[in-house]
Amino acid sequence: MTWQWFHRLSSPKWFYQISGRWLPWIMGISLLLFSAGLYQGLFNSPIDYQQGHTVRIMYLHVPTAFASMMFYVILAVAAAVGYIWRIKLAHMAAVSAAPVGAAMTFLALSTGALWGKPIWNTWWVWDARLTSELILLFLYLGFIALHQAFEDREVGDRAAGVLAMVGIVNIPIIHFSVEWWNTLHQGATISKFEKPSMDPAMLVALLLMIFAVLLFCTAIMMYRMRNEVLSREHNKSWVKEVVGQ
Amino acid sequence: MLMQLLKRELLRHWRCRQDLINPLIFFVITVSLFPLALEPQGQLLARIGNGIIWVAALLAAMLSLESMYRDDYLDGTLELLLLQSGSPYQVVFAKIISHWLTSGLPLVLMSPLLAVMMQMESESAIALILTLLIGTPVLSLIGSVGMGLTVGLRQGGVLLSLLVLPLYIPILIFGAGAVSRASMGMDYSGQLALMGAFLVGSLSLVPFASVAAIKVSIR
Repeated sequence: MTWQWFHRLSSPKWFYQISGRWLPWIMGISLLLFSAGLYQGLFNSPIDYQQGHTVRIMYLHVPTAFASMMFYVILAVAAAVGYIWRIKLAHMAAVSAAPVGAAMTFLALSTGALWGKPIWNTWWVWDARLTSELILLFLYLGFIALHQAFEDREVGDRAAGVLAMVGIVNIPIIHFSVEWWNTLHQGATISKFEKPSMDPAMLVALLLMIFAVLLFCTAIMMYRMRNEVLSREHNKSWVKEVVGQ
Repeated sequence: MLMQLLKRELLRHWRCRQDLINPLIFFVITVSLFPLALEPQGQLLARIGNGIIWVAALLAAMLSLESMYRDDYLDGTLELLLLQSGSPYQVVFAKIISHWLTSGLPLVLMSPLLAVMMQMESESAIALILTLLIGTPVLSLIGSVGMGLTVGLRQGGVLLSLLVLPLYIPILIFGAGAVSRASMGMDYSGQLALMGAFLVGSLSLVPFASVAAIKVSIR
């Protein structure tokens, strides 16, 4: 067994071709899931007995929060692979994942604020989960800022890669310290609302939306990666052929 | 070898004393701004003093990071040191230790004075000194990674704060938390133990990240 498949996988040209073929499918399936999930969530699921229609924010809030965390893991793994094996494509993946993840973090925070206003009667609480999500946004912004600060993109790749690896080690530490801080300081002023065991119709809508958002984010990340490939390999002959068409 | 490097670092810091004094002055000024902006009442100050002193210590430690690598990077000494000393870990370690001795330790020594200014009880002042004593080495350690990454950049300063401050959050939480527990007469050994765990953990992991960071900047 040789490592040929691994090297083929890491070739930007191969990625550009294969992603061009996959992207319409990923985007299409994501849009289908979106329409099914939104229909299920907005029209076909029951209202919460306490929160009324407000609970429907959940169908956007939970998937974006999920994606925000998942994309930091993707970013860090890609950065580590790129750093250790010096694979350019992995660095491109990390760099493309960062803005997507940051956008999802921002969406999760803002939908959370919109949800918190009617239910908790405040836009923002220094609750453990909210605070760690905010810190996650700072980590994303730090990664993006550090990468852009270098003129040489490959140095920036490696520097931001080190930061991403340090960040992924720190995330659990930050998360747990924020959790303990909250319980130490103020006890349960506003408890994270306990989900009553979820209605199956709500669960279906939520799952549909989670997959829709994840596929959508993947598609956006692939678009960004394709742009990265083109701009970094702009003097390769295959790029000239592709662009010249 | 480590001792030689350490001696060199300390001598270098001693020769540009101004760089060492400035963060200390910043520390004192920042803390003394708060009573001016808030009401200078004893009770209020005593209640929020722990947080203010800890945040100011965090910022002062961050400001002093510049002196860790910048000069040696600019005149090429850092490159030679890394090439010739045999082990880059020793170089980085010597720099972190000397940074703590010259900027973290003075902050700790300064803190009783500020605790008095903030009208804190002696119980909380002792807790403040203890937490700073355990916490400032962690600040130097984590800061060395951020400084290593930004040393080659012209506008590294603001970027450094963006990278390093989120990573300082756990230390801030437990440091300030321990002091506020002490002021309420509660036991704070749990917080101290956790900070000690941070210290040991970062002492063993940070040198790898720090060397990786500095190797990215030098090429």
